[in-house]
Amino acid sequence: MKSLIDWIDARIPMTATYNRHVGQYATPKNFNFWYFFGSLALLVLVNQLLTGIWLTMNYVPTAEGAFASIEYIMRDVEYGWLLRYMHSTGASAFFVVIYLHMFRGVIYGSYQKPRELLWLFGMLIFLVLMAEAFMGYLLPWGQMSYWGAQVIISLFGAIPVIGDDLTLWIRGDYVVSGATLNRFFALHVIALPLVLVVLVFLHLIALHEVGSNNPDGVEIKQNKDENGWPVDGIPFHPYYTVKDIVGVAGFLIVFCYVLFFMPEGGGYFLEKPNFEAANPMKTPEHIAPVWYFTPFYAILRAIPDKLGGVIMMGLAIIVLFVLPWLDRCNVKSVRYRSLTHKLNIAQFAVSFIVLGYLGAVPATPELTIAARIFTVTYFGFFLFLWIYSKNEKTKPVPERVTN
Amino acid sequence: MKKLLIALVTLIPTLVFAAGGSNVVLEQANIDFNDKESLQRGFLLFQQNCSGCHSTQYQRYDRVATDLGIPIDELKANYILTDAKVGELMENAIPDADAARWFGAAPPDLTLVSRVRGEDWVYSYLKGFYADPSRPFGVNNRVFPLVGMPHVLQEMQGYVEPIYEEQDVNGQIVPHLVGFKEAIGGSMTPEEYDQAMRDLTGFLAYSADPVKLERESLGYWVLGFLFIFFIVAYLLKKEYWRDVH
Amino acid sequence: MSNAPVDTGRRRFLTAATAVIGGAGAVAVAVPFVKSWNPSAKAKAAGAPVEVNISKLEPGQLIRVEWRGKPVWIVRRTDAVLAELPKIDADLRDPNSLEPQQPSYAQNPERSIKPEYFIAVGICTHLGCSPTYLPDSFGEQVEGVNSGFFCPCHGSKFDMAGRVFQGVPAPLNLVIPPHHYVDDNNVMIGLEQGEA
Repeated sequence: MKSLIDWIDARIPMTATYNRHVGQYATPKNFNFWYFFGSLALLVLVNQLLTGIWLTMNYVPTAEGAFASIEYIMRDVEYGWLLRYMHSTGASAFFVVIYLHMFRGVIYGSYQKPRELLWLFGMLIFLVLMAEAFMGYLLPWGQMSYWGAQVIISLFGAIPVIGDDLTLWIRGDYVVSGATLNRFFALHVIALPLVLVVLVFLHLIALHEVGSNNPDGVEIKQNKDENGWPVDGIPFHPYYTVKDIVGVAGFLIVFCYVLFFMPEGGGYFLEKPNFEAANPMKTPEHIAPVWYFTPFYAILRAIPDKLGGVIMMGLAIIVLFVLPWLDRCNVKSVRYRSLTHKLNIAQFAVSFIVLGYLGAVPATPELTIAARIFTVTYFGFFLFLWIYSKNEKTKPVPERVTN
Repeated sequence: MKKLLIALVTLIPTLVFAAGGSNVVLEQANIDFNDKESLQRGFLLFQQNCSGCHSTQYQRYDRVATDLGIPIDELKANYILTDAKVGELMENAIPDADAARWFGAAPPDLTLVSRVRGEDWVYSYLKGFYADPSRPFGVNNRVFPLVGMPHVLQEMQGYVEPIYEEQDVNGQIVPHLVGFKEAIGGSMTPEEYDQAMRDLTGFLAYSADPVKLERESLGYWVLGFLFIFFIVAYLLKKEYWRDVH
Repeated sequence: MSNAPVDTGRRRFLTAATAVIGGAGAVAVAVPFVKSWNPSAKAKAAGAPVEVNISKLEPGQLIRVEWRGKPVWIVRRTDAVLAELPKIDADLRDPNSLEPQQPSYAQNPERSIKPEYFIAVGICTHLGCSPTYLPDSFGEQVEGVNSGFFCPCHGSKFDMAGRVFQGVPAPLNLVIPPHHYVDDNNVMIGLEQGEA
């Protein structure tokens, strides 16, 4: 065994890589609950890749065959229903985990210097994940798949001058059709997963270069012992591998509960109209995107102008990219920042959740006004942050991490 | 901040209102997937009364028979009314184009109807037909207004007459549907008809989600396993983390 | 890091327990992935037993029916053909059908339930081509034998009971599928007697 390892190490840096990223990777010892979601995102990614590959074995990417092939998987293929529900529940779980992971970054200032690039890679992952989920949702070719895609692709029509030609080009037809389904299938199962995996790799490299942040926002590398080991650091393995296993087990309990007992997720993970095959002649009474898009969809609907709505929805995502430069405070963790910042984060979380709700229900005049108010507070978070963070009254940050 | 609070307070009633949803009151179907006899009766009702026009084309005869505990011989003798083989999909005999000419629209496939509309809707729909001479087939439906389908089970349920009340809408007197008289002339009592429709709804609910029982029983094993794994993993974590202070 | 003594026994036990339970979980997760490769209900329905009416078969005639996507031959053998069978035993690899290429009820000199009807999967046991039926001209392949099957791909030869000749690439006799007679005129291919 030893000689085999030596043989490999002489050719590729296996042991060195293992030590750098796992065995000797110094991790702050004060991670809390919020730090489970990174490893869980990785777990869900693997789940999506594996079940996705298996689903393509029986899925038929044509307008004529797609819907029936899903039912074929659900009924005729042995354990096909399980693979399909693992994938559909996994899609929602991915966004649950990613949103919580991102929120962790916001409350503990994990986007701040020197982790700006880490944050940017993360945001790119989020963006690609949204594209991946959107294209994947077309594939079952149900009513919601079809009309959801119709609506979202039409958004590009709002772009001046080239809009109409662009939507035609994206669809490859005058409406969403088999041509659209085919190209979305190719992107969903090959192109975007490849991009996603590369970005995840870069995200991890960036993380391990600068080291993990922690709930205190203390840089553990600034306080090393005589051997050069951070005094507040512990090796990732075994301490965080065993801890993450607990997180995985806890997550799987919730995940499997949904998977086995409520795979439709109350109509939010698998929407009811999507159990009806796509019919280009008949729109469902109420179209709502899947829950993970609804906050942005609510912003879109809140703006009484097509182009304006599209711009604001795009901005709602883009503004997250520049968060590291909007926050001008040099204290990271919410623990040591001002009450203003705490309240601002709280209102941001509330705005996001309420917008998510508003995007899922049919618009009424009252709800549209509510959506406008919360659109303002959503963007207000970033604007306020930029203003008050310049001269924010912060509490003293401790030298060492706390327990 | 104050504005935000005011907005939140004003939002609460609208949220409650929005959650109210459609104003058609549905009757509870109370389907029991374990009641195989009920599902069998529903299957037979479906085959005899519905399958002429409506397919359930995503499921296979033999799978349904196995799941509902029907022997294959009995399946062939009583349930398969076309020349289909036992392993075939439950398609119907009329081509969509013909059906569209006869009914105005092709009768939809019903394999998944209970997942699209919900069990309670299906049950209420089956019980919701009433006489309306203004409609092409002489009937309308309480939960599906202007339905384009005849009341196939009228012989069983009987003739249901609606009760109208005159209502003043913007100065015009219009009849407003307020209720129904008891069905007359049916071959079944109202209780028998309710049970039959519950059977039929149960069959459609089964068709939409045939794997439900298997899924849930597997789910208990998986969750049980995960709880044990969680406990062991937690003890392992605690053991290692005794090192960390 | 603490100076408290590490309970290595407990640590080792819990590590092993987690690894074993986790490993069992991983194996269980693999089950649906593996099982989904089994033939689906659709494939099984398409491969369901086929009932064939043989009442119109002429002596010497061969019909092909499809069972599980494969050609199954039904040949009505003449008395002359049946009389020929025992004479060529010496030229065959497995004249007594010792290899399990047939159900037990077809392990007889004629390799069939009724001597008159020969039922076999028409796939050469060499590399999967379908041999040609030569009812009158088989003598060109094997001297003195009037009829048989000749595989055009690599020249394997079989007699009228599907038994392979010596000196050809095919190693085994043709496969006899499970089958039974429903009545005098109908045979069920793919299903044994009494099997549901």
